[in-house]
Amino acid sequence: MYNAFFSLVKRDLRLAFRHKSEILNPLFFFVIVVTLFPLGISPEKQTLAEIGPGIIWVAALLASMLSLDSLFRSDFDDGTLELMLLSEYPLSILVLGKIIVHWLITGFPIIIFSPLLGTVMFLSNDAIETLMITLLLGTPILSLIGAIGMALVVALKRGGMLLSLLVLPLYIPVLIFSSNAVGSSMAGLSISGQLYFLAAFLIFCITLAPIATSAALRVSLE
Amino acid sequence: MNAVVKPKTNAKSNPVMKFIYHFASPKHFYRISGKLIPWLGWLAAILIIVGSIDGLFFAPVDYQQGDSYRIIFVHVPAAWMSMFIYMVMATAGAIGLIWKIKLADVIASSSAPIGAAFTFLALVTGSIWGKPMWGAWWVWDARLTAELILLFLYLGYMALESAIEDPRAAARACAILAIVGVINIPIIHYSVEWWNTLHQGATVTKFDKPSIHISMLIPLLLMALGFKLYYATVVLIRARNKVLYAEQNNRWVKEIVKENS
Repeated sequence: MYNAFFSLVKRDLRLAFRHKSEILNPLFFFVIVVTLFPLGISPEKQTLAEIGPGIIWVAALLASMLSLDSLFRSDFDDGTLELMLLSEYPLSILVLGKIIVHWLITGFPIIIFSPLLGTVMFLSNDAIETLMITLLLGTPILSLIGAIGMALVVALKRGGMLLSLLVLPLYIPVLIFSSNAVGSSMAGLSISGQLYFLAAFLIFCITLAPIATSAALRVSLE
Repeated sequence: MNAVVKPKTNAKSNPVMKFIYHFASPKHFYRISGKLIPWLGWLAAILIIVGSIDGLFFAPVDYQQGDSYRIIFVHVPAAWMSMFIYMVMATAGAIGLIWKIKLADVIASSSAPIGAAFTFLALVTGSIWGKPMWGAWWVWDARLTAELILLFLYLGYMALESAIEDPRAAARACAILAIVGVINIPIIHYSVEWWNTLHQGATVTKFDKPSIHISMLIPLLLMALGFKLYYATVVLIRARNKVLYAEQNNRWVKEIVKENS
C-alpha cells in the first residue's frame, strides 16, 4: 500500500514538473490578484496594512480553488482515475496522495512567495511570520476540502463555476481564522487560539476529506 | 462508505427492512401521501392563521421594541425551518446513499428549494426587522452571516443537482454534498460567531433579549408548528410529483392517469 501511495505521489509530481505551468499559473494568479488591490483601493500604507491579511488570504484561497482542476481532470480524461478505482488499494489513500501533490504544487509555492507579498502590503515582521504559519496550516485544508468539490464535478463539462459555488462556503472558517490571526499578530495580540483551531481543522479534514472524496469519485465515475 | 457497495443481499430478508422497503415503494408512498396531504395542509393553514392573529393582535407590546418585534413570529420559525430542512436533507440523503431507498433521495431533493426559500425568508425578515432596530438593512451580525452562508450551501446543492443529468447520480452526489455541509455547518457557525465578537466588540448591536413571555411564546410555537406542517405538506406534494414523473412508465401510474383523464 505504501508503495502504491508513494509511486502515485512520485508520478503526479513528475507530471506536474513536466507541465510547469501547472505550478506557475496559480502562483502568478496569486501575485496578480494581490497587486490589484493597492491599485483599486489606495496605495496608502495604513490602509494596505489593515486590509492586507484578508486580501492575501482571499487571493490564496482563489488560487487554490482555481487550480483544483489539475487534481483529477487529466486522470479522468485518460481513464487513469477509473483504474485507480478498480485497483486493490483503498481509494481514499490514493486520493490523499493526489491531494498532497496538489498542495505541494499549488499551496507550497504560495507559502514561499507570501513574505514578499506581505512586505508589499506593509505587514509587520511578526505578521508575516504568522501569515506563513497560517498558510502552512490552512492551504492543505483548502486542497482537502476542494478535492471533495472537484470529485463531485469532475464528470461535468462545465464544472468550473459550479465548483466555486460548492467549495467557497466551506472555505469560510479557514479564511476567518487565518486572516484574523495575521491581523491579531499585527496588533501584538496572542494568536495561539486561531492556530490551534486551524491545526484541529486540518487534522479533521485529513481524516475525513479523503473518504468523502473517494465516495464522490465513485458517484462521478459510475 | 463501504456500506454503499453491497447492502442488497440480506437487506431484503430482514423483516424491518422489508417493511421499510414496502412502505417506501413509490406506489404505496403515492397512495398514503395523497391521504395525508389534505390533513397536513389544513392543519398548517389553521395553525398559521391562528398563530399570526394571536401574534399580531393579542400578544402584548414589547416594552423595548414596540410593535416592530412582531416580525419574530415569521422570522424565528423561518430561521428554525432553514436549519431543520437542511438536517432533513442530509439525513434523507444519507439514507438514500446507504440503503438505496429511492424515496429518501426524492425527499432530499424536494426539500432543497423549500429550505432555500425559508432561509431567504429568514434573511429578508431579519433585515426588515434590523432596519428599525439597528438602523441599517444589513449588519454583519454573526447569526445573519451564518444564515447567509446557509443560503449559499442550499444554492450550491441545487446548482449541483441541476448540473448532473442522471437523476440517480445527481441524488448521490447531492447526498455527499449535504453530508459534508452538515458536518461543516457547526464549524462555520462558531467561526462566524467568533469572528464577529472579535471584529465588532462593544459595538455589537445585538440587543439584550428579555426572556420571552408566555403570551408571546404561544403564538411563536403555533407559527413554528404551522411552518413545519406547511413544509411537510409541500415536500409531500413535490415528492409525489417527482415519483409520478420517475415512474411514468409503470402500470400503476398509467392507471392513475387513465382514471383522472
